[in-house]
Amino acid sequence: MRYAMVIDTLKCVGCSDCVVACQTENNVPVGYCRDWITEVVDGSYPNVELELKSERCNHCENAPCVRCCPTGASHIIDGGIVLVTPEECIGCGACIESCPYDARFQHPEGYVDKCTFCHHRVEKGQSPACVSVCPTNCMYFGDLDDPNSEVSNLLRNRKFKTLAPEAGTKPHVYYLI
Amino acid sequence: MDKSRRSFIRISALGAGGVAMGTTGLGLYPVSFDDMGVKASAVPLTRTATYCEVCFWKCAAWAYTDDKGDVVKLIGNEIDPHCYGRLCPRGTGGVGMYSDNDRLKKPLIRTEIDGEQTFREATWEEALDLIAKKFTEISQAHGPESIALLKHGSPGKHLEHLFKAMGSDTIAEPAYAQCRGPRETGFAATFGSWVGSPEPTDIRDTRCLVLIGSHIGENMHNTQVQEMSDAIDQGATIITVDPRFSTAASKSKYWLPIKPATDIALLLSWMHVLIYEDLYDKEYIDKYALGFRQLKDHVRTFTPEWAYGITKIKPQDIRRTAREMANAAPAVIVHPGRHVTWYGDDTQRSRSIAILNALLGSWGRRGGFYFKESIKVPKYPHPEYPDHKWGWKELGKKYPLAQMGITTEVIKASIPNPDNPYPVKAWMVAGTNITKSIPNKKLLEEAIESLDFMVVMDTMPMDVTGYADVVLPEATYLERADGIRSATNREPSVAVRLPAAKPRFDSKPGWWVAKQIGERLGLSDYFDYEDYEDVIKWQLEQMGTSLAELERTGVKMYPRKSGSMYLEKGEAYEFSTSSGKIELYSQELKDLGFDPMPVYIKHPEPPAGYYRLNYGRAPMHTFSRTANNPNLNDLKDENRLWVNPKVARILDLRNGQEVWLKNQDGVISDFSIKVRVTERIRWDSVYMVHGFGHTNKKLTRAVGKGINDTQMISSVAVDPIMGGTGMRGNFVSILSENPHKTVEI
Repeated sequence: MRYAMVIDTLKCVGCSDCVVACQTENNVPVGYCRDWITEVVDGSYPNVELELKSERCNHCENAPCVRCCPTGASHIIDGGIVLVTPEECIGCGACIESCPYDARFQHPEGYVDKCTFCHHRVEKGQSPACVSVCPTNCMYFGDLDDPNSEVSNLLRNRKFKTLAPEAGTKPHVYYLI
Repeated sequence: MDKSRRSFIRISALGAGGVAMGTTGLGLYPVSFDDMGVKASAVPLTRTATYCEVCFWKCAAWAYTDDKGDVVKLIGNEIDPHCYGRLCPRGTGGVGMYSDNDRLKKPLIRTEIDGEQTFREATWEEALDLIAKKFTEISQAHGPESIALLKHGSPGKHLEHLFKAMGSDTIAEPAYAQCRGPRETGFAATFGSWVGSPEPTDIRDTRCLVLIGSHIGENMHNTQVQEMSDAIDQGATIITVDPRFSTAASKSKYWLPIKPATDIALLLSWMHVLIYEDLYDKEYIDKYALGFRQLKDHVRTFTPEWAYGITKIKPQDIRRTAREMANAAPAVIVHPGRHVTWYGDDTQRSRSIAILNALLGSWGRRGGFYFKESIKVPKYPHPEYPDHKWGWKELGKKYPLAQMGITTEVIKASIPNPDNPYPVKAWMVAGTNITKSIPNKKLLEEAIESLDFMVVMDTMPMDVTGYADVVLPEATYLERADGIRSATNREPSVAVRLPAAKPRFDSKPGWWVAKQIGERLGLSDYFDYEDYEDVIKWQLEQMGTSLAELERTGVKMYPRKSGSMYLEKGEAYEFSTSSGKIELYSQELKDLGFDPMPVYIKHPEPPAGYYRLNYGRAPMHTFSRTANNPNLNDLKDENRLWVNPKVARILDLRNGQEVWLKNQDGVISDFSIKVRVTERIRWDSVYMVHGFGHTNKKLTRAVGKGINDTQMISSVAVDPIMGGTGMRGNFVSILSENPHKTVEI
């Protein structure tokens, strides 16, 4: 089991529904977010290109945040989901520094927080809140070990990229381009 | 210095503690969302059927409440054809409408203390008694018609019933003459029917979608956004015409960066190509349309070369895109747009779009426009409404094809004028923040100043509440029942809204307010129910279902009864125009003294040093109503001024720099706005998202953030056909020095 998220940048309109859905699903306090939208504009008028996409923790296979965590609060569970155990987190912030995606933040209660791939939903066979709400249906979630899963099919048939590949983190969030 | 009897009240209301309306209201009430939810809790949630009220799309949803009875999340209803289980960010963030501690909390009554006007808190009894007394006095002196209702959304429906029962049909909403009115009139004059809402565009099956200034993806008209995404998956061609590189433009095969205000020239040249290259749907036109010969003659000289000089779109691009449309036809949609009040000839531009669709044979075809259907919700029994001597029709009679009340005409009729046979003396405003939706603030303030009485009902202390004599705190849509949503779609459906939580503070549902005022005016017979749920229950039973069923499902689909969604091949079909045909040439318009076929007219251009002010939508906000919503404000708390890098160089503007705007009439923006230097905008225009620049300090998150585009719109080009107010002909200069520096603000 290797969970992955595939996001189609050709369909994403950058509406931020994924951000609000995550906040209300996971009780993320207003002012903080576990996922966010980036906008990249290229070219000059009228030859312009625009890429919108939803970003979050990449649930890396080679996760620097897990390696640098002094207490073991940051860990990887079955399926490759990277989690933080709030009770074990001392809020030292080493993981925040180590993450090339800037995906972690200090929760007002002191511990470090980030995207969990909504594993509480995934356990029940549901998709993460962001995926389930996206009005453009541009996000897909599934198992890369299953060659017939939607995510496997998409990565087989479409051009894609990952973020900061030079960091060697082996991320599990893929962007269709 | 201000002797106005209805000066805008910016300060906190007096009353218990003096802080109830102030910025420190937080903590006075038991529910504090700021403390809420640190970790995902395992509290079991219960769900209640509702439909969204953050915008007009009205997606059916489930409101989830926790063990304390608070709404914590909203999820789309999976069987609802408006959202297919997926709300947009505003719908998902609708919970912020409920949790916002800046909400109106108690009824307020304008009062004067030490020569200064302020609000005092009042009981509902007191506020409603005062409204009934004032309505009675004004009605006796000037007739009930002189009391006008300006409204939007569900609360407006309840008040409309109250007003009609009172004998007033002086009812209008900015959604018509400030928004989609021209396209309804333009399409009615061509196909005999309105486009309506939601638009019956068959986007999911289209092969070519043409957007003209319509920015799907930035407007989150849910079904349209979802289906555009489906169309992208299917490989449909998208053509976007916009001076701005919109999100939709970035998804398009063709982006035509048109010179603003020249759209009709492009549309006419597309007609020219379709007709003179023999690409139009001959069989369809022969069978269903009237006036093809006249149209052919009319567009003879409107070649792409002619249009190039006007629109700056290259002739080969005009030809290529016209051929793309023809290749896809009839599975092609030239989208009617929604906010179409641009330059004053908007009905004619909408006519051009309608005619283009007719040439492509897309109306009534798969992948074009389907024939929509809805189910009638039976009227809950009440006595006949009394006759009215005059109403919105008479106020708008200057505009022969106005099909709804024109808000700006109601405003004009409120300014005393001995020649006006229809004087308006009082307003009730509900669910619409007219200071942000109505252009020409000076005129609006003059009208408000002249009124004998003004009531505003809203959930939030929107700017408009500052002008009221009485402010009523309405419960949010998550705390009240409202009328059944009967959707016009591919298949008819109904959805219900039931209260998911108890009203916070001392807020009350709109239906209750209407009933209470009605009873005080001796109109109890019109409100023969204890609770609005009784009405819904009765109506659902008449429709062969029950409240119990809808509590369980939220939405119920009904089978179509009007036949196929599409024209069958060679089917005889009568359109609802007077000729029964699609009218390419409109005798109706001709007889009224208007152009029977659209003509391109040159519109004013920005003078040197000025830029055309364009405005639009951000996906996480609806008009001005969501600017203070904690969840949505968190995503976007201010608008920015989009400026082309060339302009930025000339004016020495940097990204993030604070600037002020001054328009062609010398109107200076109240607040500043941060510059966004971007290649996504033409050098002759600037752009901002609508709905920011709030002046009311009670909106603690939104006040003073960004510029209110509507404030900068003082020049209005009125559509002579239906009274729409064209608002895209305003020009601004950019000030990098604070013009208010020496002035107290």
